[in-house]
Amino acid sequence: MADCLLEVTNLSVSFTSGDTRVDAVKGVSFSLDKGETLALVGESGSGKSVTALSIMQLLHYPMASHGPGSSICFEGIEMVRASEATLRNIRGDRIAIVFQEPMTSLNPLHTIEKQIAETLNLHKGLSGTAARARVLELLRLVGLPEAESRLNAYPHQLSGGQRQRVMIAMALANEPDVLIADEPTTALDVTIQAQILKLLKDLQARFGMALLLITHDLTIVRKMADRVVVMTEGHIVERGKTADIFTAPQHPYTKKLLAAEPKGAPQPADATRKPLMAARDIRVWFPIKTGLLHRTSAHVKAVDGIEMTLRQGETLGVVGESGSGKTTLGLALLRLIDSQGEIIFDGRRIDELGGSALRPLRREMQVVFQDPYSSLSPRLSIAQIIEEGLKVHKLGGSAKERRAEIERLLQEVGIDPSCADRYPHEFSGGQRQRIALARALVLKPRFLLLDEPTSALDMSVQAQMVELLRDLQKRHDIGYLFISHDLRVVKALAHDIMVMKDGKVVESGPAASIFSAPQTAYTRALMAAAFNIEIAEPQAVGT
Amino acid sequence: MTPLTRRRLQNFRANRRGFWSLWLFLLLFGLSMFAEFLANDRPLLVRFDGHFYFPVFADYAETDFGGDLPIPADYRDPSLAKRIDAGGFIIWPLIPFADNTINYNLPSPAPSPPDRVNWLGTDDQGRDVLARLIYGFRISVLFGLTLTIFSSIIGVAAGAIQGYYGGWIDISFQRFMEVWAGLPVLYLLIILSSMIAPNFWWLLIIMLLFSWMSLVDLVRAEFLRARNFDYVRAARALGVGNATIIWRHVLPNAMVATLTFLPFILNGSITTLTSLDFLGFGLPPGSPSLGELLSQGKNNLQAPWLGLTAFFVLAVMLSLLIFVGEAVRDAFDPRKVK
Repeated sequence: MADCLLEVTNLSVSFTSGDTRVDAVKGVSFSLDKGETLALVGESGSGKSVTALSIMQLLHYPMASHGPGSSICFEGIEMVRASEATLRNIRGDRIAIVFQEPMTSLNPLHTIEKQIAETLNLHKGLSGTAARARVLELLRLVGLPEAESRLNAYPHQLSGGQRQRVMIAMALANEPDVLIADEPTTALDVTIQAQILKLLKDLQARFGMALLLITHDLTIVRKMADRVVVMTEGHIVERGKTADIFTAPQHPYTKKLLAAEPKGAPQPADATRKPLMAARDIRVWFPIKTGLLHRTSAHVKAVDGIEMTLRQGETLGVVGESGSGKTTLGLALLRLIDSQGEIIFDGRRIDELGGSALRPLRREMQVVFQDPYSSLSPRLSIAQIIEEGLKVHKLGGSAKERRAEIERLLQEVGIDPSCADRYPHEFSGGQRQRIALARALVLKPRFLLLDEPTSALDMSVQAQMVELLRDLQKRHDIGYLFISHDLRVVKALAHDIMVMKDGKVVESGPAASIFSAPQTAYTRALMAAAFNIEIAEPQAVGT
Repeated sequence: MTPLTRRRLQNFRANRRGFWSLWLFLLLFGLSMFAEFLANDRPLLVRFDGHFYFPVFADYAETDFGGDLPIPADYRDPSLAKRIDAGGFIIWPLIPFADNTINYNLPSPAPSPPDRVNWLGTDDQGRDVLARLIYGFRISVLFGLTLTIFSSIIGVAAGAIQGYYGGWIDISFQRFMEVWAGLPVLYLLIILSSMIAPNFWWLLIIMLLFSWMSLVDLVRAEFLRARNFDYVRAARALGVGNATIIWRHVLPNAMVATLTFLPFILNGSITTLTSLDFLGFGLPPGSPSLGELLSQGKNNLQAPWLGLTAFFVLAVMLSLLIFVGEAVRDAFDPRKVK
């Protein structure tokens, strides 16, 4: 091909650690033309990020190695095993990359001006006022508000979306020919995601860059890509035009991926059931202390006067962008952080109970967290993890009976009971989330706080998790407080919905009526972003 | 064994220098634990008059071996040896001197140079240097180990409490430690040892007062990090008590840093004891110790075997421990590649 910019041929990557060898990418070939968008799609562990990092030769060599015959050709330059000097000239100048996590990919100790100017200085030799002018131009280009006053800001002073804009500005600084975006929006809110994707698309059109988009989210692919390459377990299983793949997928894996959106609806709500958890005017204010004497000068109002009611055996979905106070509300209801206001659990006020009076109630209220990696203690076997609750509350009888109960529960959440003595790191993210669920369920709780339990999981695993949660609710009559920013998942589970913004309730009511006729601009913006990745009501959401 | 433990053992073995250092050190330490059988002024076995005697284990009187007075038998007395030889035999340890045995039978005035009887010579009081070395090595390592274990226990506990509870407990404890660490340890030791006669345990306690702080910051940082982990929160939601959370959920994660540090703390403890002995503020006079040997070497420059012996033994022992420490550090390093 004449205008072929980047040609990857027969690329294989393997990682060696001790005697074990993992083949992450096995003979992958694709090409990228000028100005086009190619999406690399697959679930976690499919080798898509490793492929992207290989292009820049950014893997940890010699732990990682390329098999014989691997070739990555960029405008006639062979990248595999190229010299450091050659690579340095290309990296950041001709090929640039935007990573998933904007917090950790920016250096917290440097101002954003310094970080963007660094690449300008390295490749273009710009410094001083010339560099400053260019940085400012770039920040305006990526739509960072009040760019001038933010030149000296540090990464922590910016929001997630703003940081990702800075990352993009850094990547664009030298007008690269290829931009690799590795899950650029996964860590961001849906509303921000829509903005960032639109920005990438605009910039691509403007500079004629080729965009290699790596993602697991098919909605993004449909919106953005010209061509799609589907990867699983290090192989490419299908490739083609985006429209073709979505209308007529050939490979069973692609079909499975396309079918994997969270579906279905919850059991019909029953308004006559008794409330399980209710809160009146609940407030969590964190004091801001200033001055020498640490006087409280103001408060961060994380949760500010919220009323809520959750009926037995039903689900209340709490949605909102990050920072809206959803998680804080959940933790306050569980009495894991201090709060003001009445909390009524099963007809009984629990906000005034102390530590020991609260302990018997802990049985009835359980929690599943977002991150399946940090929520299981790495040094306990999963049987020990699940058993802990039984031991604390002296339930489950003898060791043998407890063991039987644990195995029954593992079966119920879909984990092979023979794995009970393994350690958490031997399980995948989805399996770990099931184990965390088993830990919560072992005490037979009546209230379960689900704090974004699906957002760290792959799409197909999300769908299974939603099924499982719905099934468990029906069987055990558990009330869920389901916190999420992903409206697709909420739609499949919630009976009632509460939309939060800045610690306050913006809108609440039965799920059906909120989805069919949202009343506020904020809810409409959230829904447009979640279902169509579009920007609606831009003034109602953050940046 | 979990794959993680196996990987760590593998990494430890991969550092061959550290691996062999550990074995060599364990061998030396193991041998020194049997110092009484290696270097002693009592025989291992005596056959006299058709009976077996084990002087290493039991005290016998002169009268048992045909002597006249009921005083403890002195096996180095030529007349006693002659009597036993007539009615049986004597089996001596490899080195027929204990740490405090004075050899009155020296060819030249003490300190006498190495010869066939005293392999490394004698010190300025006529005691065999090799025998004192074996006993001194043992007491140094034992002291170091005990101090390390106790200061680790206290340090980990203090760090755990500060890090886990945070807030006022943390702040006040930290400030206290800053003041405490500012105290001049050496002067305090000198003052204290002038008030009490320091023995092994007194020295241990006095040094423990200050040595526990080395691990606190490390453990505290680990706890500050881990207490906000979701699995700690989940444990609290289950109703697990604070003590159990600390012990079961957080402490195992802090142990990696602690274990990596241990060989270096051990090294530091041994060095401190040696320097105190060198200055004369350490173990009671007459105890075998490497520091005392060093100071004898300094006072008797005409007898270089004293200083050289102490120097080489210290250098080898401390180097072995550092090599072991390096291997332990490698073993726990998650980024380590072969």
